[in-house]
Amino acid sequence: MKKKEPTFLNLVTTLFVATFVSSASLGFVYEVTKGPKARAELNKKIEAIRNVVPEFDSSPFDDKTERCQNERCITLYPVKKAGEVVGTAVESWTQQGFGGEIKLMVGFLPDGTIYDVEVLDHKETPGLGDKIDRKKSDFTRQFQNKNPGAFSLTVKKDGGSVDAITAATISSRAFCNAVQRAYDVYRKESSH
Amino acid sequence: MMSIERSRAISIWKNFTKGFLRENPVFVLVLGICPTLGVTTSAVNGLGMGLAATFVLVMSNMVVSLIKSLVPDDVRIPCFIVVIASFVTIVDLVMSAYTPALHAQLGLFLPLIVVNCIILGRAEAYASKNPVWLSVIDGLSMGLGFTFALTLLGGVRELLGSGAVFGHKFITGDGILVFILAPGAFIVLGYMIALVRLVNKTD
Repeated sequence: MKKKEPTFLNLVTTLFVATFVSSASLGFVYEVTKGPKARAELNKKIEAIRNVVPEFDSSPFDDKTERCQNERCITLYPVKKAGEVVGTAVESWTQQGFGGEIKLMVGFLPDGTIYDVEVLDHKETPGLGDKIDRKKSDFTRQFQNKNPGAFSLTVKKDGGSVDAITAATISSRAFCNAVQRAYDVYRKESSH
Repeated sequence: MMSIERSRAISIWKNFTKGFLRENPVFVLVLGICPTLGVTTSAVNGLGMGLAATFVLVMSNMVVSLIKSLVPDDVRIPCFIVVIASFVTIVDLVMSAYTPALHAQLGLFLPLIVVNCIILGRAEAYASKNPVWLSVIDGLSMGLGFTFALTLLGGVRELLGSGAVFGHKFITGDGILVFILAPGAFIVLGYMIALVRLVNKTD
């Protein structure tokens, strides 16, 4: 078959058809994957909440509240068992990570004690800073059952109580910063 | 008659195997180095990235070969890019919906498949001049060669850097950390290119 003549009309129609077909198929795939994508994200969040607070039987999304400052929000998910609040999962963040933003889910018991912490999202260096993820090391375990009222959320190098990850002090500091932010918001909320 | 069929089969086989060593996109053509160095911190990451790129490569080679006579030469590059970008976005959407964990790991590098030189390179150098089925084989060959290179690179870096094979750790503590970091990628890639050149020379 001979190549098409490069007339102006041919060029324009070719480009139009190519972009039209491509955008139509993308729209179709987007519609198909929209549902599963939202479900996957929701499941991930519920799983994270389940990991950082004691057992509960309520839906954490029913009672969630958001506290926003400078367009950045911190979300609190109080969870209940038999109608009684047994803990609160706080979705917190920090910009001080070695690779930028770190997102955490921090679980508090009603008295302000940390139940557990889980990393939702991070871009820390693999093999070093990514040890903030509990799948990679025991770093987060030292926060369990500690009350930030008595347990200073800064690394030992800076005079605090936290054992930093070897060769990843910046990531450790950022982690503490995000936990502290979660605690501050939680304190302010629960004192009302 | 028989011999023609046989020589055809041999040339198809050669067309298919060229991507692994003789014309390996990473080790010999040295294309697509940005994702190669970026994602290969573990074997699984390399494998996932490789397979995603293979899918895009096969599909884009097929479509480019199908539309090659409909597209005037003057606008062929934008048309090819649109085709490639569409498939990349499809892969991105599908992976974020069905394999969210792997999608989160590959992160930024997935949309970057669009600018992976291998894909536009094969579209321009091969698919736009050859029949559809040969282009599909070419895409498969190059894609699997890319996957092979990435998995190998990721495997070696993971082995040396964190003492693990496909995520299963067999030492306690850390490995030689530099291999997980960016310089390690260059070091391992350098040795591998040398090795593949040696193998290709003796063949």
